[in-house]
Amino acid sequence: MMDTGLVLFTSIAYLALLFAIAYVVDRTKERGHGSTLVYVLSIAVYCTSWTFYGSVGRATTSGLGFLPIYLGPTLACCLGWLVLRRILIVAKANRITSIADFIASRYGKNPVIAVLVTVIAVIGSVPYIALQLKAVSTSFSILVAAPNQLDSFLPLPPVLLDTALWSALLLAVFTILFGTRHLDASEHHRGMVAAIAFESVVKLATLTAVGLFAVFGLFGGFGDLFERALETPALEQLFHLDGIEHGANWAGMIFLALAAAICLPRQFQVWVIENRDLRHLDRALWGFPVYLFAINLFVLPIALAGLLTLPRGSDPDLFVLTVPLAGGASGLALAAFIGGLSAATGMVIVETVALSTMVSNDLIMPVLLRLKAMRIAQRADVTSLLLSIRRIAIIVIVMLGYLYMRQVGNAYALVAIGLVSFAAVAQFFPAILLGLFWPRANARGAIVGITGGFVVWLYTLLLPSFAQSGWLAQSFITEGLFGLWLLKPYALLGLDGLDPVTHSLFWSMLINIGGIVGISLSTRQSGLERAQAALFTESGALQGGAVRLWQGKAPLKELRALVGRFIGIERAEAAFADHLRRRRLDPAGPTADAELVRHAERLLAGAIGSASARVIIATVAEEQPLGLDDVMRILEETSQAIEYSRRLEEKSRELEAATNELRVANERLKELDRLKDDFVSTVSHELRTPLTSIRSFSEILHDHPELDDGQRRQFLAIVIKESERLTRLINELLDLAKIEAGGLDWQMARVDAAELVREAAQSIGQLFRDKGVVLELDLPDNPLPVEGDRDRLMQVLMNLLSNAVKFSPAGRGRVLLAADRVGTQVEIVVSDNGPGIAARDQHVIFERFRQVGDTLTGKPQGTGLGLAISRMIVEHHRGRIRVVSGTPGEGATFRVTLPLRPEVIAAVP
Amino acid sequence: MTASVLVADDDPNILLSLEFLLKQAGYAVRVAADGEAVLSAVREAVPDLLLLDVMMPKRNGYDVCQTIRADHGLDGLRILMLTAKGRDIERDKGMALGADDYITKPFSTRDMLARVREMLARPRQ
Repeated sequence: MMDTGLVLFTSIAYLALLFAIAYVVDRTKERGHGSTLVYVLSIAVYCTSWTFYGSVGRATTSGLGFLPIYLGPTLACCLGWLVLRRILIVAKANRITSIADFIASRYGKNPVIAVLVTVIAVIGSVPYIALQLKAVSTSFSILVAAPNQLDSFLPLPPVLLDTALWSALLLAVFTILFGTRHLDASEHHRGMVAAIAFESVVKLATLTAVGLFAVFGLFGGFGDLFERALETPALEQLFHLDGIEHGANWAGMIFLALAAAICLPRQFQVWVIENRDLRHLDRALWGFPVYLFAINLFVLPIALAGLLTLPRGSDPDLFVLTVPLAGGASGLALAAFIGGLSAATGMVIVETVALSTMVSNDLIMPVLLRLKAMRIAQRADVTSLLLSIRRIAIIVIVMLGYLYMRQVGNAYALVAIGLVSFAAVAQFFPAILLGLFWPRANARGAIVGITGGFVVWLYTLLLPSFAQSGWLAQSFITEGLFGLWLLKPYALLGLDGLDPVTHSLFWSMLINIGGIVGISLSTRQSGLERAQAALFTESGALQGGAVRLWQGKAPLKELRALVGRFIGIERAEAAFADHLRRRRLDPAGPTADAELVRHAERLLAGAIGSASARVIIATVAEEQPLGLDDVMRILEETSQAIEYSRRLEEKSRELEAATNELRVANERLKELDRLKDDFVSTVSHELRTPLTSIRSFSEILHDHPELDDGQRRQFLAIVIKESERLTRLINELLDLAKIEAGGLDWQMARVDAAELVREAAQSIGQLFRDKGVVLELDLPDNPLPVEGDRDRLMQVLMNLLSNAVKFSPAGRGRVLLAADRVGTQVEIVVSDNGPGIAARDQHVIFERFRQVGDTLTGKPQGTGLGLAISRMIVEHHRGRIRVVSGTPGEGATFRVTLPLRPEVIAAVP
Repeated sequence: MTASVLVADDDPNILLSLEFLLKQAGYAVRVAADGEAVLSAVREAVPDLLLLDVMMPKRNGYDVCQTIRADHGLDGLRILMLTAKGRDIERDKGMALGADDYITKPFSTRDMLARVREMLARPRQ
């Protein structure tokens, strides 16, 4: 038996140390982002007295069965990169104050969801708080009771002498002092977190000390302990994992603990709200599992040592205390008591902070705001009211826990409440997970899912636990509600063979997830819901309100005053001034625009939660609720932006195409430049050649007066002929240039092609006769009217005929000249029996200066421009000119086609 | 000993005038109207000077000039190029291919004769 005074003194000294730590940390100036280690250790608030005492108890009955509770959080950390990280980013961007605020905010700041989550959290947590108080009270009693008192069935002490009551009150004071220092619930409680982290160290150190004592003090090390246990048949089975039929229970348990590790209000508080730097999370994701591993290391050894050394019937939930006590290490037992105390107090403190925030922001404030009589938004200073609400909430919650403990006493409901609490808060998990990754999940779905899951939980876990405590008839469990076996709470619809918690989890999750998915798929989201959903699910929008939710404006003065009433005038003014300066807006301007209104809402949300903030802001801002029209408008703006970007892309493509075209055009220009250069060079050659002869012979005639008459005549004839050639060349060049430049004056009129051909034959007849070449004419009787320039068409005919006579053999040449109608065209044919034109030359003869002649006999006469000019003239008349030449030596045939005048086509089909 | 000159041009009138002028000046003159005729005439008897037009059928003047310069047996043959294309590039090309001098058409007959005389007066380096 230990001295009551010593135990009391130690306990009070320990709590005083906690106060001191919290006080000192809160007083020291904030530097940087705080320590990662503190963050990791604070997350270990997960391990309560339920862990500290309960794990050993559980291990005595189910061996390794206590492990899933710690594998779950480890799994949660593995998924942490995906889930926790995202929750943290979203929560920081939106100044989230609690898990209720988080879920409500995701579903369009829905106040009903906030209330729902708060109520479930409170109902789920109060028994859990009771469990902690009970642990403190029981462990205290054990320590000061007779040494043979090895179980917890002690008579309850009178209320005023109950250590649980006094510790509860002390904890409430601590929580009020360090948990409600700031009004802004989204701010960090550095002192509190530091104290919690310290408590985690104490928990781990004391449990490890007891473990070491059990293994090395009572036994000769691990080997000895496990050997002795294996010799005892009753203990041997603890070393086996449960059979495969229990696999579902394991899986259920792991899932439950996974969900709880994120959704328990105190876990959400330390993971999310108290996180000061996103980088801390990265280390916590492996640090926390390491802590869990360490704290579980000695669970089984202590359990075994207790079973082996303590008399049968000792309460295994108290082995952590009774093993050292029975071993005579009373100092260690006192340390273990402090360890259990730290586990219990840590939980109570963080849980009540989290719950009080939820109760004040999501339960009380909305009600007060709706009570017109309170005129809450018009009050001069709401800050003190808010803090008072929160402080009262803390006291009420702790006292509820104490009352629950007193009422339920040692009943089953208290012992099993850990898992029951887990199952309650696990109902938030689907709404969070789907909310983060499925944009369509909507508020109605969340309400139906959470409510459905909660009702199933109530029916399959809480009510049966009451029945087991004797508050309800035991028949409720054995025969079901109204005696209907389908409604048996532990075997709903006949589902049997699962342990109660897994059974409850199965049904509640089925209803919960089914509800969210089913309702979300069948109902529409409101505009605000859609916007919030986008904020939570789209990583791009995470950087804080990229989506424009507000169409409204508010008077700046009123807005500032309003926010000031909730968060303090000075802070409000500073925040407004900062915002206005950042956006370079006029601080004296009459109205706050949508963005400033949104900023104000965020400021308020930090203090009173997003759902209440929305109600408050609505009192001063002329909000146009985000209806379908606004969503359509946002959509339209978005699609305009998309359209704009699409047009830009198109422009860029067009530019690229234009660049390509320019490049091609440039190539073409360079080619044309080269052609022009060649042309000039060729023209120069063609002009210089006759000029050379003219000059040479002129100089010869001039320098040689002694030349005889015959020679003189010959040379003069050459000069004259070359002069003519030069003249012709110059004329044709000018023609060519004119046609090319489009400067030729075309005298278009009705021309009879047949008559034209006849005339051409007449005028060139002498040339044929001179060379002895026969010209045959083949013309129809009726006219062949075409639209054309008579002189130009004549020029074409003369060119073709003079070519024909030039290439026909003298004396035996025959040239056929024919014209006729072919379809809608007039075709003129000039055919000779000269050397013909090689196939490879047929397409080049129409180019300038591309003469083809018999290379053995030298160049043909002519300028080399005739056919080029002919082709241009024919093409100007929308006609074609082609040459056909078969075997060499069998002549060439030129065909010119010109369109008939339209009225002729219509008249004569 | 009379110097021998081979005149190559595809224009019969120019060929006639050149032949007349060179004969009057006392040279032994042969003529050719295309590139191949030039080369066969050279192979037949190497003249002292070749008056070579660029624009000729079959093988043009550049081609002929290059062929002659590739044959070291013909190193002593002086080549005077004639062309009606007046661009510098054609002149440069001719000189690069081994022509000794270059005259642009139309030319002064006296000038042409003076050049021929000058070239024949000294041996080709």
